Amino acid sequence: MVKLRNLLVVFIAISALYVMLGAVAELPPYGAPDNPTFNQLTERYIGKALEETGVLNMVTAIVLDYRAYDTMFETIVLFTAALAVMVALKLGEGMGDRK
Amino acid sequence: MKIRDLILKRITTLVLPFIQVYGFYVIFHGQISPGGSFAGGIIVALGFIAYATAFGTEEGRAVLPEKVTISAESYGTLWYALLGMVGIVKGVPFLANKLAGIDLGVPGTISSGGLIALLGIGVGIRVASTMVTLFFTMLEEEV
Repeated sequence: MVKLRNLLVVFIAISALYVMLGAVAELPPYGAPDNPTFNQLTERYIGKALEETGVLNMVTAIVLDYRAYDTMFETIVLFTAALAVMVALKLGEGMGDRK
Repeated sequence: MKIRDLILKRITTLVLPFIQVYGFYVIFHGQISPGGSFAGGIIVALGFIAYATAFGTEEGRAVLPEKVTISAESYGTLWYALLGMVGIVKGVPFLANKLAGIDLGVPGTISSGGLIALLGIGVGIRVASTMVTLFFTMLEEEV
């Protein structure tokens, strides 16, 4: 009974591996110029980032200008993380004797 | 005092100013060199964490009281959102930079990028205070 289950697990793992490797084999080659990732967005960022934001570091241009809204909520995620840790770990005033 | 403690504290005191200055350098030069506010904030926080590790949490807390980290955390986010309001006041989308008619300066100088440098300072403060808060909270509470 146990052996049959092991066999089933191995079968499922191998079929999952087959599907995943098949998906990887379907991926476009790395860095090829006709990849779908090279669209007008990439061209816009590479060609116009300096002109539109005035900064030399393109990562900063994207993080703090094109995607500034995203970054704002990223900082709010950090805020929430700190808040959650404090709520979970810090004892409030007068709660020390409940320990 | 053990000799190991002495060496650790001496070295920390020597290295600490350089860590802090480098952290602020990375934050302020985010627009012209690799790095940026996230990395710089972590470096600034690491300075405080190194100090607290070498000298003990109580000493570390004395340098950076809870009040300071909590207000840095809150006002960092508020600062970011207020800078975003510049766009709304000028009648363009939230967090707009060039659209809001802000002078972008000469690329490559520290004042380039308009709002980007100011936003970076806010994010750096936020990241640094979050790291310090997480560190102290987890270390102080004997759960």
